[in-house]
Amino acid sequence: MSNVLVFAEHLHKKFSKSTFVAVGAGKALAAQSGGECYAAVLGTGMDALAAELAEYGVKGVFAVEHAALEHYTADAHAQALAGLAEEKGCDVVVATASSIGKDLLPRVAVRLGAGMASDITEINADGTLVRPTYAGNAMATISIETPRKVISVRATAFEPAAKGGSASVEKVAAKIDEGALKMKFVSFNETKSDRPALTEAKIVVSGGRGLKNGENFQTVLEPLVDAMGAAMGASRAAVDAGFVPNDLQVGQTGKVVAPELYIAVGISGAIQHLAGMKDSKVIVAINKDEEAPIFQVSDYGLVADLFKAVPEMKEAVERLK
Amino acid sequence: MKILVAAKRVPDPNATIKVRPDGTGIVTDNLKYVVNPFCEIAIEEALRIKEKLGGAEVVLVSIGAQVSQEQLRTGLAMGADRAILVLADGDVEPIVVARVLEKLVAQESPDLVLMGKQAIDDDSNVVGQMLAEMLGWAQATFASEIKFADDKSSAVVTREVDGGLEDIQVSLPAIITADLRLNEPRYASLPGIMKARKKELKEIPLADLGIDQAVQIKVQKIAPPPARQAGKRVETVQELVDLLHTEAKVI
Repeated sequence: MSNVLVFAEHLHKKFSKSTFVAVGAGKALAAQSGGECYAAVLGTGMDALAAELAEYGVKGVFAVEHAALEHYTADAHAQALAGLAEEKGCDVVVATASSIGKDLLPRVAVRLGAGMASDITEINADGTLVRPTYAGNAMATISIETPRKVISVRATAFEPAAKGGSASVEKVAAKIDEGALKMKFVSFNETKSDRPALTEAKIVVSGGRGLKNGENFQTVLEPLVDAMGAAMGASRAAVDAGFVPNDLQVGQTGKVVAPELYIAVGISGAIQHLAGMKDSKVIVAINKDEEAPIFQVSDYGLVADLFKAVPEMKEAVERLK
Repeated sequence: MKILVAAKRVPDPNATIKVRPDGTGIVTDNLKYVVNPFCEIAIEEALRIKEKLGGAEVVLVSIGAQVSQEQLRTGLAMGADRAILVLADGDVEPIVVARVLEKLVAQESPDLVLMGKQAIDDDSNVVGQMLAEMLGWAQATFASEIKFADDKSSAVVTREVDGGLEDIQVSLPAIITADLRLNEPRYASLPGIMKARKKELKEIPLADLGIDQAVQIKVQKIAPPPARQAGKRVETVQELVDLLHTEAKVI
């Protein structure tokens, strides 16, 4: 019987859908082991977030506060989270495999002497876990052999927790050895957008090298993106070439998305790109090269010049409304 | 300055990976092996730091079978000074890799440890972080730019994170893991390849390091991903939009 502690990530004093996915996965793990699921928010001024978290069917919420937690840094957060897990008797720590989750959890695992499984996509009834390897081309079923476990979950692979109940909120002053801290937050250059978040949108329209430059992303692709109320993504090639910022990259080492509809425009379909979108429900490819590998995974493939097809599609979509 | 760079031998990222029917692993026949792309970027960064500083020692480390020598020679050919190969058979799980590196850090006392953010075979993305915690050091993962302070006691690292780019300051020594856009690695030159043959490549059996090898993660089986149904080609945009609306029902 193991109790689970979910790290509830937040940004700008808001949770994203992926936070509730972590809670959902945490609850599933707790149920499986016959233990309880707790959740924690770390930072400063956590009262409102803690109260919101308490409505998602967990046994208890910890609002962990300390000046050193005001901005996320791996070392301070690892001390606080591992310390909390130990103090509260939680042998399993869970978070989504977001940038923060990936950065933080391995440190927590070492502090707890816990085996770590990253980017889990399935929790089996026998306690084994499934995770993608080789860019999702080989799915590994693994077991964590240590009594304590640290698990990061792929946000697109689990349902978010449903609301339910009203858990108690406990304020915890984190015990942090400040003399041991060697990292300092300097600044965050955040990409601002009014569009839905790439990892949460129902429809994603991604552009690749075929768009030729950043301006075409704006003048050709974005009108279609906005006509569909979609999020915009990009291939590695487009980001490397400076067409769009890095946080739009979909792929093995970029964002993993699984929307209802993924439209790949001018994207050849390299293995690494497929790794980030092949769990999408419906995949559409628009590319002038009929040999492009993307057509091997698309449900609907249109061999066409994107500079004609994309504006046409925008018109056709608007006629539907 | 001494920079320790960890690099892994992995299958060519562009190879088609097939799972063995018995579920014990992937088919390795005819697979070409390379330096893990992210580790190659780490090696390149170390070399650029060395060139900028006008003198530093770049020491490569790899953990694997003897055949990993090939990848270390590639790194030496790029310009690294010497290499260490910790001989280990089969897959070595991340915690063991981190413990090996911890031992080597104690032996070598580097000012900086660089490695790729993840290996493209295992895709774990944990070793750098685990090592940093073991050492009580700062970490800067997913690095896209590294700027040292004049006195080299710290560095500001730009990291590629979910919402954009984050800058953090880390005291040195630190662990930095390389992301795609940190740099574009050089090709080894022919003179470089010739010189590499004479550079030191020391082999250390894993057992000699006296580390805890208790298994934390057991791989039960490997399976192919769920197959997608074959799709269809459409001739016109209108046909596509109609199908998305009436057949797929996603718009």
